[in-house]
Parts: sequence; structure tokens; C-alpha cells
Amino acid sequence: MSTTAWIVNVLALFGLVLSLIEDRRKTVRALAAGGRAALQIVPAVGTVILAIGLLLGFVPSDAIAQFLGTKHGFAGTFLIALLGAVLYMPALAAFPLAGSLLKSGASVTSVAAFITTLTMVGTVTLPLEVKVFGKKFTFLRNGLSFGIALLIAAIMGWVLS
Amino acid sequence: MTPTEERPQGRKRHLDWLIFGLCAGVFFSLVFLFPNQGTVSARAAWQYLLEMVQIMPAVLVLMGLFSVWISKEVVVRYLGQGSGIGGIVVAILFGTLPTGPLYVAFPVARALLDKGASVRNVVAFLSAWACIKIPQELVEIKFLGAEFTALRLGLTVVFVALMGWTIERVLERTERRTGNDRKGKRA
Repeated sequence: MSTTAWIVNVLALFGLVLSLIEDRRKTVRALAAGGRAALQIVPAVGTVILAIGLLLGFVPSDAIAQFLGTKHGFAGTFLIALLGAVLYMPALAAFPLAGSLLKSGASVTSVAAFITTLTMVGTVTLPLEVKVFGKKFTFLRNGLSFGIALLIAAIMGWVLS
Repeated sequence: MTPTEERPQGRKRHLDWLIFGLCAGVFFSLVFLFPNQGTVSARAAWQYLLEMVQIMPAVLVLMGLFSVWISKEVVVRYLGQGSGIGGIVVAILFGTLPTGPLYVAFPVARALLDKGASVRNVVAFLSAWACIKIPQELVEIKFLGAEFTALRLGLTVVFVALMGWTIERVLERTERRTGNDRKGKRA
């Protein structure tokens, strides 16, 4: 197991023990909530794992590097940022996908843009957000978030390359 | 957790399983039709599956614990009172704690606005909720590295603070011009 995996497991165990000592009923509810989250996340994670497999097996990494690498710069990044904004995917499932893209030669900029728009811009939840906050707030928040994602991605590409 | 958190998931969950089934069908047909690339695919998928199995249960336990110990009510109680200088920091911190998708945060953020929290802080809170969940970030570190994660989160915090301020200014200006209620009309 990797270091991160160890840390996560130790943290979870520590939290679980602490929670059990403090309140057993609440802990049972926490585990039930975790179980419900698992049911929601398993199909998405499974789909992403299969997609990663296909990506790494059938799409030559040259193609990934060419489309999402540093060469094409803005166009590739903009497209994948758009994809991130439109897709509705749990971030938990998106991280391994992003990691595999990065390993196959996608640029830091593209991957950072994808993750950031995926989490911050919600096209699917747009109608709900308009209902709760009104049009102006919603379009400002999502539009600015999209711009910010591109900026963050550009800075990250610049710092980490 | 309140029932609102689960209701929108019902139909979506079936769709997710359907997509997963279709994807599995495509995956196994391709792997058997093209054994050369298929072997690479199967091996990669298996490796990622192992990595996920090592952390997912722990991440889900953490998410469950967070959702029970840091309820939405607690967040609203602490943030609704409208804090001063460190407001944005507090808003971002609180946004990282509860778990659940972004649409769960909308009603919470609305409640914050109605309780008098500033637009700036509510934007920061929403953004933090959307992209800085603590259990989730452990997964980001695992697959993208600590350096990538730290830099992305650091930049996000800075820009989100700027965005919150910008949105507040824009909304204030419109309000002055039209004389509307500061937070817009409730739907």
C-alpha cells in the first residue's frame, strides 16, 4: 500500500474509534451514511476504472499527449475544461481518471482545468441553482468559476512544468 | 442527513448502473476482440481497481463520520452570524467539512444568506464545498500527488476569495440601480 493509502486508513480508523467512544448511535449512523454513499459511488467509480483501462490500452499515449499535451496548449485545455463543466461525475471517480491522463502525457494545465471545472461549474445543477439563488448569481458564479479554472490551470502548468 | 439529500439520487442511481453495465459490455468485448491492447487495458483496470479498493472504504467511512458530526445545522449556526475579517477563511473552512454533492449545499447557502451572511462568504462557502472536501482531497493526493493537490487548492482559495468579492460588488451595484432586494428574489 502507498503512503497515502496508509494515512487515509489510519485516519479513518482513528476517527472511527474516537466516534465510537463519544457516541455509538451516531457512529452507526455515520457508517450507514458511508454505505449509502458507497452505493452511489460504486457504479461511477467502476465505469471510470473501465474507461481508464480502455484509455490506457487502446488510445495510444501519443494521441493523448498530442491532444492534451503542452503542444496544443489552449485549444486542448479549453475543450477539456468545457468537458469538465458539462460532465456530472463524482470528483472521487475523476481523480484516478485525471491521474491516468497525466501519466499518459496530458499536461498539468489540462488536467488541472478538467478537475477544477468539474468540481466548481455545475451545468447539470444549473436549473436548481437558478431556482435557489436567481439567474444573476448563478451565471456570475458559474461563469467566473470557469474563468478561474482556466487561470488556475495556466498558473499550475507554469509552476509545475 | 435529511431526506432531501437522497431524493434526487434515486433515478440517477439506476442510470449510473446502466452506464456501468454498458461500459463493462464494451470493455470485455474489446478486451476479447483485441487481446494485444486488451491485455494492457485489463491490467491497467485491475491495477486501478486495487488502488481504489485500498482507499475507498476508508474515504467513505471518513465521509460518513463528517456527515454525522458536522451537520448542516451546525454549519449554518456558526456561519450565519456573519463574521468579520476572517469571514472568508471561516467560510472556506466550513465548506470543506460537510460531505455531499453541490446541490445539497444550495439550500444551506440560501439559509446562510437569509441569516445575514455576506454574499462574499457564501460564494466562498459554496466553492469550498464544491472542490475542497477533506476526505476527497486525500484521493486527489493519492492519484495526482501532494504537490499538484496543494498548489491547486491554494490557488483555488485565493481565486475563490476574489470571485466572492467580485460577485458581491456586482450584485450590490445592480441593487443600487434597481432598488431590488440585495439577495435577489426568492424563487
